[in-house]
Amino acid sequence: MAEPVTVPPPAAEPAAAFRELDAFLAHFPAELRTRTLLIPALQKAQELFGHLPPAVQRHVAAALGLTAGEVYGVATFYHYFHLQPQGRHVINVCLGTPCYVKGARGLLAALRRELGIDLGGTTPDRRFSLGCQRCVGACVLAPILIIDQKVHSYVTPKKLAAILAQYP
Amino acid sequence: MNDPARFHLLLCAGGCCLSSGMASVRTALAAALAAHGLAEQVRVTATGCMGLCAQGPLLVVNPDGVCYCRLQAADMAELVRGHLVGGQVVERLLCPDPLTGAPVRALGDLDFYRRQRKVVLRNCGVVDPASLAEYEGRGGYQALRQALGKMTPAQVVEEVSHSGLRGRGGAGFPTGLKWAAVAKEPATPKYVVGNADEGDPGAFMDRSLLEGDPYSLIEAMTICGYAVGARQGYVYVRAEYPLAIERLEAAVATALAAGRLGPDIFGSGFGFTMAVRTGAGAFVCGEETALLHSIEGRRGEPHPKPPFPTAKGLFDQPTVLNNVETFANVPYILRHGAEQYRALGTRQSPGTKIFALAGNVVNNGLVEVPMGMSLREIVFDIGGGIPGGKMFKAVQIGGAAGGCLPIEQLDTPVTYEALPKAGAMMGSGGLLVLDEDTCMVDLARYFLEFLQEESCGKCTPCRLGIKAMRDILERICGGEGEEGDIGKLELLSDYLAQSALCGLGQAAPNNLLSTLRHFRVEYEEHIRRKHCRAGVCPALAPARAAGEEAR
Repeated sequence: MAEPVTVPPPAAEPAAAFRELDAFLAHFPAELRTRTLLIPALQKAQELFGHLPPAVQRHVAAALGLTAGEVYGVATFYHYFHLQPQGRHVINVCLGTPCYVKGARGLLAALRRELGIDLGGTTPDRRFSLGCQRCVGACVLAPILIIDQKVHSYVTPKKLAAILAQYP
Repeated sequence: MNDPARFHLLLCAGGCCLSSGMASVRTALAAALAAHGLAEQVRVTATGCMGLCAQGPLLVVNPDGVCYCRLQAADMAELVRGHLVGGQVVERLLCPDPLTGAPVRALGDLDFYRRQRKVVLRNCGVVDPASLAEYEGRGGYQALRQALGKMTPAQVVEEVSHSGLRGRGGAGFPTGLKWAAVAKEPATPKYVVGNADEGDPGAFMDRSLLEGDPYSLIEAMTICGYAVGARQGYVYVRAEYPLAIERLEAAVATALAAGRLGPDIFGSGFGFTMAVRTGAGAFVCGEETALLHSIEGRRGEPHPKPPFPTAKGLFDQPTVLNNVETFANVPYILRHGAEQYRALGTRQSPGTKIFALAGNVVNNGLVEVPMGMSLREIVFDIGGGIPGGKMFKAVQIGGAAGGCLPIEQLDTPVTYEALPKAGAMMGSGGLLVLDEDTCMVDLARYFLEFLQEESCGKCTPCRLGIKAMRDILERICGGEGEEGDIGKLELLSDYLAQSALCGLGQAAPNNLLSTLRHFRVEYEEHIRRKHCRAGVCPALAPARAAGEEAR
């Protein structure tokens, strides 16, 4: 029962990451290495590479017998997949209804001002990316921020500076 | 009991208590127990959600039944020394009664719990969610043994039909009918799919069930597999729930190792296995056809029905797709019988419903009540009313497809029949309480913004209709509303409800329509007087807007 921890940084060495991705896919019997594995494969790839550049999408396509277009279509459909590199820390503002009525809009405005970026943006020093989630079910603690995997509860614009300072 | 422990401590390890610091509390507790040499005499169990999330982290000391709340690591030495060694309840750490402020010893003494009826949440907050033995110790797997040993598949379907169980994902479709439809399909293989893509904002029933009692879902889906003739199940869990995914995957592995899943369950010759699939962030994947496409590795876009998933579902095969909460009712129904189940709730809406109570209410948390209870009882008796001396304005029920009900509708019972008549719907169980500081026009705008972001874009009415409606609401909230805007919104709502491809689009206008019905005067104030009574819309309340950024 550990508290949520910061995600380890993506593998620096692409060749090693490709090997690990192939090892992940090799776990499954050949008849399953088809389209049904596409979303798990992209999830694993994003965990390894931090985002899904074209070379990684093509690699997954070849491994599962799909076209690059089919992989791109799925990768761009779901919010969780990023085609651009992300910052070292990913800040998600929860924009579910309970957070919204308890001040998420003001929180988002303060974050935009503080970081100088908009939703979907990454700071020039690559320290933070700013995104939103539509409810993680921690409504009791609203409004919340999710930074990497950790939930910060009852956040107000005044508390932001101290929270961000925990993420160098 | 041959348990040598004198005390049994239950620590709430639900997502909210963990986020409130339970891990450090647990570490401090272990240190305090060791310091007093009590490690042997005190058994500690980390459970799922106990429900009173706003008071977390929570800890219950059994057999005394005393509950401590809002714990910090620094409190643990005093708690162990005072209660476990000294035998004295530590008053300072008890939960305050929301009405009187007086400390309350046992959770059951709070109105919050006294008025609930825990059927689906029977194990949540009581057992260690990782422990198959604890699940079975509380009657787990009796229902499956009974089904496999004494009942034909048709009898199982019949019992579920007779119970009157209806889909808890929101639509309320009779579960027995769905199972019967798949059971009579000749095509094989068939599939059982659990929908844990709890996308509605403000909902955390499925999350809490998966975190607190994962075996009940596994048992129920296995029963369903036996009833309809399926040997493979999938659970689709949204990616936003990492702890639920972790605990469900661990429980599936344990069940498999213990022969509760696998080729020959309890020596019956019946085999069933399960896989967990995680979503990738798409609200529309809660829609059943979209969810199935997502499991298949496609874009999560819905397709027109028919064909229904019962005939052509996952991989074009007959598929039962039920919500997690729906499934979690099934073991209770088989163990206690459909008759006893029907004694709960109302004739048309039997059983209980779990609600995620959030927003401007004293007792934020997870509650389970018999169907037919009024919204007033849930908000005021269980929820403890509105904090900070504010006035109640509305209760928003049913998530993005639901509606907002005013004080005049508070006596509406929570049933599948009464809520739509009042202009809302049961939905999956999000129940958001709103006080006087909420602008209902802005809230309608918020839901359309949400749905515009989450529309998959496949059908034109949803892709463009929601945007057109949102644009009008942005103008109204920005002080540029015009006469005739309300009529346009109503017309567009009508088009959308009639022509969108799936439930997401058809239900998209619901929150807007309910606020137009019950809070029309606020729209008129925004349009004609350029006034926002709640002071939320910045362009309409310049005097307050400067200091109100936090809203």
